[in-house]
Amino acid sequence: MNVNVTNENGICRIGIDGEMTIYSAAQTKEELLSAMAACNEIELNLAHVSEIDAAGLQLLALAKREAVDSNKPLHFVAHSQAVLDMLDLCNLAGVFGDPVVISPTQH
Amino acid sequence: MNLDEALHTFIAESRELLQNMEDALLRIEQSPDDEELINAIFRAAHTIKGSAGLFGLDYIVAFTHVAESVLDRVRNGELHIDGELVAALLSSCDHLVELIEHLAAGGGEPTAEIQEKSNAIVSRLNGYLGAGAVKTTNVALASEPTCTSEGGGEVETDLWHISLRFGKDVLRNGMDPLSFIRYLSTLGEIRHVVTLLNNIPPAGEMDPESCYLGFEISFKSDADKATIEGVFEFVREDCMIRILPPRSKISDYLRLIAELPEEDMRVGEMLLRCGTLTQSELDAALRLQRGEGKEHQRPIGEVLVEAHMVQQPVMEAALDKQKQVKEHKSAEANLIRVDADKLDGLINLVGELIIAGAGANLIAQRNGDAGLLEATATMSRLVEEVRDSALKLRMVQIGATFNRFQRVVRDVSKELGKDIELVISGAETELDKTVVEKIGDPLTHLVRNSMDHGIESAEVRIAHGKPAKGTLRLNAYHDAGSIVIEVSDDGGGLNKDRILKKAIERGLVNEGDSLSDKEIYNLIFEAGFSTAEAVSNLSGRGVGMDVVRRNITALRGTVNLDSVEGQSTTVRIRLPLTLAIIDGFLVGVGTAVYVVPLDMVVECIERAAWENAGGDDRYLNLRGEVLPYLRLREHFEVEGEPARRENVVVVRYGEQKVGLVVDRLLGEFQTVIKPLGKVFSQISGIGGFTILGSGEVALILDVPGLMGQVVGEKERAGQNPEAMRALN
Repeated sequence: MNVNVTNENGICRIGIDGEMTIYSAAQTKEELLSAMAACNEIELNLAHVSEIDAAGLQLLALAKREAVDSNKPLHFVAHSQAVLDMLDLCNLAGVFGDPVVISPTQH
Repeated sequence: MNLDEALHTFIAESRELLQNMEDALLRIEQSPDDEELINAIFRAAHTIKGSAGLFGLDYIVAFTHVAESVLDRVRNGELHIDGELVAALLSSCDHLVELIEHLAAGGGEPTAEIQEKSNAIVSRLNGYLGAGAVKTTNVALASEPTCTSEGGGEVETDLWHISLRFGKDVLRNGMDPLSFIRYLSTLGEIRHVVTLLNNIPPAGEMDPESCYLGFEISFKSDADKATIEGVFEFVREDCMIRILPPRSKISDYLRLIAELPEEDMRVGEMLLRCGTLTQSELDAALRLQRGEGKEHQRPIGEVLVEAHMVQQPVMEAALDKQKQVKEHKSAEANLIRVDADKLDGLINLVGELIIAGAGANLIAQRNGDAGLLEATATMSRLVEEVRDSALKLRMVQIGATFNRFQRVVRDVSKELGKDIELVISGAETELDKTVVEKIGDPLTHLVRNSMDHGIESAEVRIAHGKPAKGTLRLNAYHDAGSIVIEVSDDGGGLNKDRILKKAIERGLVNEGDSLSDKEIYNLIFEAGFSTAEAVSNLSGRGVGMDVVRRNITALRGTVNLDSVEGQSTTVRIRLPLTLAIIDGFLVGVGTAVYVVPLDMVVECIERAAWENAGGDDRYLNLRGEVLPYLRLREHFEVEGEPARRENVVVVRYGEQKVGLVVDRLLGEFQTVIKPLGKVFSQISGIGGFTILGSGEVALILDVPGLMGQVVGEKERAGQNPEAMRALN
């Protein structure tokens, strides 16, 4: 699992690459939060999340809440199929409040 | 998915469950109405399906589901167990083993070949479902809980409501809450899910490896409560799980609301959002709650039963299941899986300890220090106990090995078109694990042989006035430091004349030799008999028997055969209990020291006591019994004059007794058996060596080997027919 951070006009793009599971949860939490602390607006790119479990879900929820608490806008973008499946299962697409783009091939 | 620890556990458990399932399937053919057995089979399938669901092994779930459905019909008495159904279930059990092994080997999705096999078995099983599938649903509907209304009446929806609050350690224990929900969706339709994220603590306190999730689920399914509960079996211990059946009473929801850790209003909202309750129902519930608020709260189980809400059987089943899970857990906690190499290492160390202890003992005796003597005596007693318990660690019951033959007997008898029953006794007899592992092949050979050539076809049996059903027996018991394993059948027995003729033809015996029946039968263990020609002439008896004997001799055991023509054949295998350490009896001849396994020693008598009691050069008169004897001094060509007062050690092996004449008796000695090098492999009469406390080497006598020589020599000489009769 890798967390890639790029800064662009004050918007911080964080990409998570690999699995968001219990195995890497501790590392993901640390890197994600420290990346978020360093910027004002965050775009969390989920395109390369290959696998996500309940631990990953908790981290997404945590990130969202942290952002709201510190008044930083946070957007989840480019959800991968694994993330979409999970959100669908838990009926959370609405809770995360971001437009989920479903490409025709995925549907 | 990686082969992580949980998956390993799943594989190990599944193997055990499948073994149980196979055993139960084999037994159920005999007693098709045994509900216990049917339940055991069903449980095994059910548990495998449930666990496989947790790991997302959809192909195992899909396959097991069909088998489980068939079993469910059996359980409900809609299907009757017969040979064909058992065969179908056995083949699906085999296929499951295959799937599990495929998984264990790291294989991902099943190959096309496996898939094809799956489909074939599934279609075979579907034959048993057919129209019954519809019927099953009807039955389920009819037996749905009839709820009497109480406190506000029933709610309108026909949905189950499931509240889940996962425990903190669920993730750490290798389970993913999401997979439970995914699995739940295979049992019915998930109408709505509310995921609770509110319990996640602030970032600083949040442990990313703990689970803080909760779910409220409304669920449409025809499954019964026990099945739905089964989904969460693995997390039952540390999670809060509440399942409300469809059309439960408002008061039940009320109780649910009160029980959930969240604030009442919020729970109410969730139930609303799930579509479980309507707004008016919720309002009524909350009103009711306020009214009841002050009442003393009763235990939930009591209330549930009293309100007739939970069917008594459902409740009992749930409790029963819980109990079983608990018992299983505690039994598991008492067992430790240990690497066999570690055990071998321990046994080796104990062996060294015994030798070192004997050395200390010797020094103590030489110094004559009373305190030291006492200390070493205590120590040797303790070492002996350590030795016994270390050896016991490796002892396993032979039952598991015997039970494997249920399947062999079943399959082979179908193949041969004979009706054969396997009767097992002495399954609890224990023996060394290494011996158990090596005895499987020879036993299989003997069992197959008995079935193939021993037991006659049903027509022949009836013609001979025997029951049409043949019986094969496996028996085990302890005797004189050995374990005896018997394979017997009530078949046609061996034809003495033909064996003798064959043996003479092969040059194994001479024409004029007079042989006892037993000796003739045991000729089939000779290498010369295992030829293709012998198959037709001797109806195949004896094929590969020399291989059986060689395998057993390699374990320091012996094998012999008894037969009554036309009635029965019994093959008796005699094996040492352990291959590592024994209690020995030290005897001295000249300056040399030998060890006789203590278990075989019957008594010791002074040679002089026989001077007047008769007997001759080759036999002694032991209280009227003819006892052949052997002078170890002559046998091993020890130089020097015999001692003035010789002793005779009477040893017994199997049914034979022999006297060994020695110079001195030196007492008991714990003997660590060390194998002899290849150079000595040709020497008969010696089974190994050991190291004495003084560092000297003592040879361990191979009593069966010596005995064979003594008895053989004396009988062939034919000097004493009376003695021969006595010995046979």
